[in-house]
This record gives sequence, C-alpha cells and structure tokens, in this order.
Amino acid sequence: MKNSFVYKYLSLRNSESLGRFLTTMAALIAIVSTITIVVFISLKGLSTFTTNGVSLKEFLFSTNWLPDRPLAEGGPQVGVLAFIIGSLVVSMLAVLVSAPLSIACAVFIVEIAPYWGQRFLQPAIELLAGIPSVVYGYIGLSVLVPFIRDNIGGLGFSVLAGFLVLSVMILPTIVSMLIDSLKSLPRDYKEASLALGSTRWQAIRLVLIPAARSGLVTGIVLGLARAFGEALAVQMVIGNTRVMPTSILDPVITLTSAITMDMGNTPMGSLWNNALWSMGLLLLIMSFIFILIVRYGVRRGGISR
Amino acid sequence: MRKKMALLTVTVLCLFALAVLAGCGGQGTQQGEGEMSGNITAVGSTAVQPLMEQAANDFMSINPNVRIVVQGGGSGTGLTQVAQGAADIGNSDIFAEEKSGIDAAQLTDHQICVVGMACVANPALSVDNLTRQQVIDIFTGKTTNWQSVGGPDQKIVLVNRPKASGTRATFKKYVLGGAEEAAGIEEDSSGTVRKIVKDTPGAIGYLALAYLDDSVKVINLDGVEPTNEMIISGKYPLWAYMHSYTKGQPSGATEAFLQYMSSDNVQKSIIPEMGYIPETEMKIVRDINGNIKSK
Amino acid sequence: MNARLADKIATLTFWVGALIVILILGSMIAYLLYHGGKYISWDFLTKPAQAIRAGGGIGPQIFNSFYLLFLSMLITVPIGVLGGIYLAEYAGNNKLTEAIRLCIETLNSLPSIVVGLFGLLVFVNMTGWGYSLISGALALTVINLPLMVRFTEEAIRGVPASLREASLNLGANHWQTILRVVLPSAFPGLVSGAIITSGRVFGEAAALLFTAGMSSPALDFSQWNIFHPASPLNPFRPAETLAVHIWKVNTEGLIPDLRRVADGSAAVLILVVLGFNMAARWLGSKIHRRMTGT
Repeated sequence: MKNSFVYKYLSLRNSESLGRFLTTMAALIAIVSTITIVVFISLKGLSTFTTNGVSLKEFLFSTNWLPDRPLAEGGPQVGVLAFIIGSLVVSMLAVLVSAPLSIACAVFIVEIAPYWGQRFLQPAIELLAGIPSVVYGYIGLSVLVPFIRDNIGGLGFSVLAGFLVLSVMILPTIVSMLIDSLKSLPRDYKEASLALGSTRWQAIRLVLIPAARSGLVTGIVLGLARAFGEALAVQMVIGNTRVMPTSILDPVITLTSAITMDMGNTPMGSLWNNALWSMGLLLLIMSFIFILIVRYGVRRGGISR
Repeated sequence: MRKKMALLTVTVLCLFALAVLAGCGGQGTQQGEGEMSGNITAVGSTAVQPLMEQAANDFMSINPNVRIVVQGGGSGTGLTQVAQGAADIGNSDIFAEEKSGIDAAQLTDHQICVVGMACVANPALSVDNLTRQQVIDIFTGKTTNWQSVGGPDQKIVLVNRPKASGTRATFKKYVLGGAEEAAGIEEDSSGTVRKIVKDTPGAIGYLALAYLDDSVKVINLDGVEPTNEMIISGKYPLWAYMHSYTKGQPSGATEAFLQYMSSDNVQKSIIPEMGYIPETEMKIVRDINGNIKSK
Repeated sequence: MNARLADKIATLTFWVGALIVILILGSMIAYLLYHGGKYISWDFLTKPAQAIRAGGGIGPQIFNSFYLLFLSMLITVPIGVLGGIYLAEYAGNNKLTEAIRLCIETLNSLPSIVVGLFGLLVFVNMTGWGYSLISGALALTVINLPLMVRFTEEAIRGVPASLREASLNLGANHWQTILRVVLPSAFPGLVSGAIITSGRVFGEAAALLFTAGMSSPALDFSQWNIFHPASPLNPFRPAETLAVHIWKVNTEGLIPDLRRVADGSAAVLILVVLGFNMAARWLGSKIHRRMTGT
C-alpha cells in the first residue's frame, strides 16, 4: 500500500504533484522539528515543577539558588530570578549600543555610499556573524576585561564587558534585517523627498527610516533574541556572580552561562539538573515571545516582508 | 535536475537507514580468541579526560582491535551515562554517592589517581600562608580585605568554580568544612580561573596542582605546602580521588583497560607527567566521609 | 543651523559609524592573526592534537570541522531548498504557511545551547548514537535549516516574473518551471546562501559540545570503510571540531604550549571563515556572470 503510494509519486515525471509533495514535506520537516524541540525541552523543563514539586512562583521570583543545600538546612531551593535579570539587563543594554550603530551601517550601505558599503562594510558585517563566539569571548577576556579594570574600574568582569561583546555579536542580525527593509522601499520615496527639496539627511530621517520602521524593530527584536541566547562568549566576560548587579561594573550571571557551567556536572534526573532544563525551557519561551512580538506586534503595520 | 534531486533525496534516505542500522549495532565488548577486541566508551569529568585519552592511545597501540572513545562532558554526565548503560566507563572527580540523583549502589568504583589542589592568589599579593580558619573567613565573606590576613590594603576577589563542580565540592568539604561560600566570580574551567587570578588584583581561587605555574601565587594551608609528598603522607587535606565507575563489575576490554590504567605504564608515567598523583603511591586511604586510614 | 550643514554632519556620522564597525572587525582579525598567525605551519595543520604533551597540531580537528559541515549540508541543503521553494512558490496565504513561517523563525532564534541540549537528549541519548558526527550534523541542521530556507526563498523571489511567465506560457507546469527556469536563475543566490550558512556553522561550538563531543580518537586515514570505528568517514565516531577544540584548550587545557595551540587554532578558524565569505562572493558573481553571459 505504502509502496504503491511512493511509486505513484516517483513515476510521474515532472509531475506537479511530485513537486508539491517534496516541497511540502520539506516544509513539514521544519514544523515537526520545531514541535519536537519544544515538546522535548518542555518535558524535561517541566519536571522541576511536576516531579520535584518546585512552585513556579519560587522558581521565577526567588533569588535563592541553593540546589545543593542539605535537607537539614531546609533542603534545596532553586530560584532563578538573578539569572533572568542578568540575561535581560545584559541583552537589552547590548541592543541599546548595537541599534544606533546598526542603523548607521545599514543606511551607509544602502544610501550614503553603496560602492564602499557593499564592497567593504557588508562583507565585514557578514564576517562578524561568522566569527565563533568562543573567539569573541576570548578576545573579550584578553582585551576588554583588563581594559575596563584598568581604565574604568571594578573587576573588569562586568555587565559592561558582557554587553559590549554582545553588541558586536548581534550587529549583523540587526544590520541585515535593516538593509533588507531599506532596500525593499520603493525608490519613489527617496526621489519624491529629494525632489521636494529636502537634503539627503532629511530624506533618510523623515522618510526612509520611518518607512523602514518595521524592519528596524524586527531586527532589534531578533538581535535581542540572539543576545539573550548567547552562551559561551558572555560566560567568559561577565564573571558569573550569583547576585543582583547594582551597577554596570558589577559582575552578573545569565541563564545561558548558568546552564553551560553546571549542565555537565549534574546527573540527569536530579532536581539540580532539572532546574537547568527549566532554564533552557525559559530561554525557549523567551525566544518564542520575541518571535510573536515580531510577527504580531510589528509586522501588522508598516511595510512587511 | 529532477534526477539529481531524487538522487540527493535517496542519498539522504540511505544515510538515515545506515545511521539507524549502525546505531542498532551499538557498542559492546567482545573478546575474541586470544586477540583483545571491543569498543569502550568513557564519558565524564574533564579533569580525567586528557589522562585517559593519553592512556587510551597507548592502550590502543598495544591492542589495535580495541577502540576507546574518551569523552568529556562533566562528572554528572559521566555518572548518568554509565548508570544508564550508555557508556562503559563513567569518570568522576567526586564519589558517586556525593551526587544526588545517582544510584551509586549499582556502580563499581575504580580509583585511578589523586588530584591535589591548592589555594592560589594574585602574584602581586605578599601573602603566602593562610590558616584554615582564615581561608574559611575569606571564602564565606567574613574577611573582605587582605589587610586582615597580613596582606596589603586590597579588597579580596573570590574566584570560585561553579557549584556543581567536583573541585568546588572538594574544596568546600575539606577546607571550608561545608560552609556556604559567599557570592563571587564563578568560572567553570581551570584555565579561566588561572587567567582571572593572574590578571585580577586581590583575587584568590583554587586550582588543581597540575594547573599551577609562575603566573599565580600558591598559598600554603596552615603552613603546609601543597605538594605531592604532603598529600601522599596525609598532611595536606585538599585533594580528591579521580574515579572511573563501571556498572557492576567490568569485563572484557573494559576490564583490561582499567587494569592498564592502574598498571605502571600509566601510574608511573602518564599520571605524574600530568601533575597528578598515582593512586598506587598514596600512603593513606580516605573514605567518602573523610576518614583517613593508612594503607 | 541650516539643513545643508545638518546633512553634512549626518553624512559624517554615518561614515564614522561605518568606520567604527570596520575598525572593530579589522582590529579583531589583526589581533587574532598577530597572536596566532606565527604558529601556523604545515606541521601544526596536519599533526594530531596532544592531550598532555607539547607539540600537538590540529589536523583531525580541521578534518572533523569540514566533514561535519559536509554531513550537515547534505541534510540541510535539500530540505532547506525544498522548503524555500515551498514558501516562495506553493505556500498559500493560510494557516499552514503561517505555522511554517512561525516555526522557521522560532528555529532561527533558538539559542544554540538549547539546540545542543535537545541534541543531547534526542540524538545522543535516545537514538543510542552517543557523541557522534551524525548527532552533531543533525544539531547543526537544526541551526542551519532556517537560514537555508530564508536564503532560498529570497533567491527565488528575486527571479524576474517575466521568466516564470514565459515558461508557463510555453506550456510547462509549475514544477517544471521551478526546476528548469526558476532554480537555475536563482542558483547564484543559493550557492552564496549555502556558503554563508557554512561559515556560520563552522564557528559553532555551544551546540556541538553536547552532540559531536569533545574527544578526537586517533584516526586512520588509510581506512576508508566508513563503518570501521577508526575511519575518518565513520559518521558514528565522536569528533571534536576546531571551534570546540579552541574552547576546550582555552578552558581545560593542560598542554604546556596551550597559547600556541589556542591562538593558532583561532587564527586558522578566522582564515577559514574569511575564505568562506570570499568564496561565496566570488562564486556567486562568477556563476551569475556565466549564466547571464550565455
């Protein structure tokens, strides 16, 4: 039965249905793999709450991370608020630095100097995306951290070092979204504006950037998502201290660095390990939220892709 | 173009089929007539990994039909995998009983070697000895300035390993006496800890003796220098066994390999070369509760 | 302040912004090459790594990186291209398309550490493959797929409608048109998309730590039976890639010449990524010229 089904499809040369079948299958694979990932991570991540009976409120809103506290002293407690705050602070500051620079780069490539932009700047930015995060982390640790310690203050391992490294890492994400959306704007916009006597800067500021607004926001949200999920580079420069930061020179800890540090050393199935999976699930939920913001909050207005 | 596409699809399908087939083939050790053969998977502690990798390479050159795969991944992963039967050997830098969530009863412990550790501080500091109580006060956050322990007026920066790390557990158990550490910088690797202690003024941390070099200052504990001799004779407390766990008793190639690990080939050459202490040289035995007996 | 002055200042600002980015990249590459470039030698590139002694190379790691990339592209490219075709050509404006796009975007923004954890759970543990090339390749596919789909869709949308209409008017059906007309003219875009994707994956470490593993058993390069455990081509052996090696050496390395290996590897890695990007541009423009020339 199955064989004849496959045979029927394969034997139809140039068949329209073969094409439809193959491409639909490929698209379905994307759905299936996403669902599988979500289901598996959720199953593991939820066991903190189902098997170990940790309350969601305690997990999300407590800063007490004592997964190895002996029963005599009150038993283990897993509160990840410090990690969540750390992740949010570092990634948002990274976007604050990266966004203006990205806008400058994208506008430069599309409007100011397309020749230089497309010859040098665009490949350079693509290259930034290709540099492994380990290398970013190592350069951050060798150059940025001592620089901050000697010239600005604190230990060097800090929120500052973390978001500076991240801001370079997410630059390509934001720039490429912006370039796409600037390029997709009708030429008439700019020409009409220039014909009305405005300067290039006025055209960019008053016409092009507002028109490319949705691309800009999309890029920023995706950049935020990338910054939120970055692990190895951040871990090397933020100092990983499990307390709330009070200044940008304080060390912090993020969800991702907590996961990479402890995952291998905790046995699977223990509360500690489950709590790390719950943090992974939290990352997944966050990136899902970012996507939903982009899809339903941003693209509804403006020019969508 | 369509043919190519079909070809590609078929190739990929084949690859998957092969994958499934070979996956079913799986691991397992068999002993042939005379010649030793089999596959061994060892997973776990990154501290044991380089040692075992080196030993595995030597072992495989003697027994060409044995394949040994040595994998890092951490002690937790190693213990989980060996308990589940996914690996033949689970390496750990801590007793299996000390990890919650592991059924230690079904695992057999093979102690390979001993790793000594030492407190290290930034080389600019003038302190080279601390009492155990001073170390406890420093790491629990009671002492925050080097001045109170005879050093310069410099804030103390704690550099810890992550909580799940075996090195930290050992330090907490044998030096801090189980006291909860104050928050400090945490790094999950010896290399990074060394770099931070070297670069950060006022930093103190702890490292395996193998990682010590001129870039950091070694601190004596209660006047005892952290050396192999002091550990072997039981005078210096900060050390841990490196364990290789098997599920039940090992057999076949796994047994032979573990025997090789405790033979002179490994104990007298690779282990000292790495800066670890051979298990065979220890004059004392310490059980999981820290009770010391002479051997 | 008049508009003309503001325009001048703005233009200057944009140039400065662009220069800052070039400067950051330039100094990073210079830093890596300055510190690592002097260690690159034929020996370094071909010799196996050492666990505890000095003098190790990165030969197997380089091979592993390329082979892993090849395996993952073998899975990614067909699925990604077909998926891209679906979205560009077949997808209607309906719930299914919405769902597919949502899924692809989710995959795209998935933290690579989450992909690694998933790979550990499913490819490594559940299938029983253990830490292996195939597990790593599948994890990389998860990371690659959304990019490949996106590049394909863009390349196909860039094909002029007139070409497509001409083919349809000549009596070809939709699928024939896609295969014979649309795909060939989108080909340069596909090639550069695939190469850029490759470059990104080449540097991936977080997802591979938990899937392809951190060990590199001795390889026997004369053994070409892909099921032999020592064969470099065996997809079920664990494989440490260059990016993972850099991570491992930097963090837990016990070898005395640690800086040499770490810096040298980073320089090699950056050169390879640089090469990928240049190849993508060169190949893309070359194919484009040839196709528009004939």
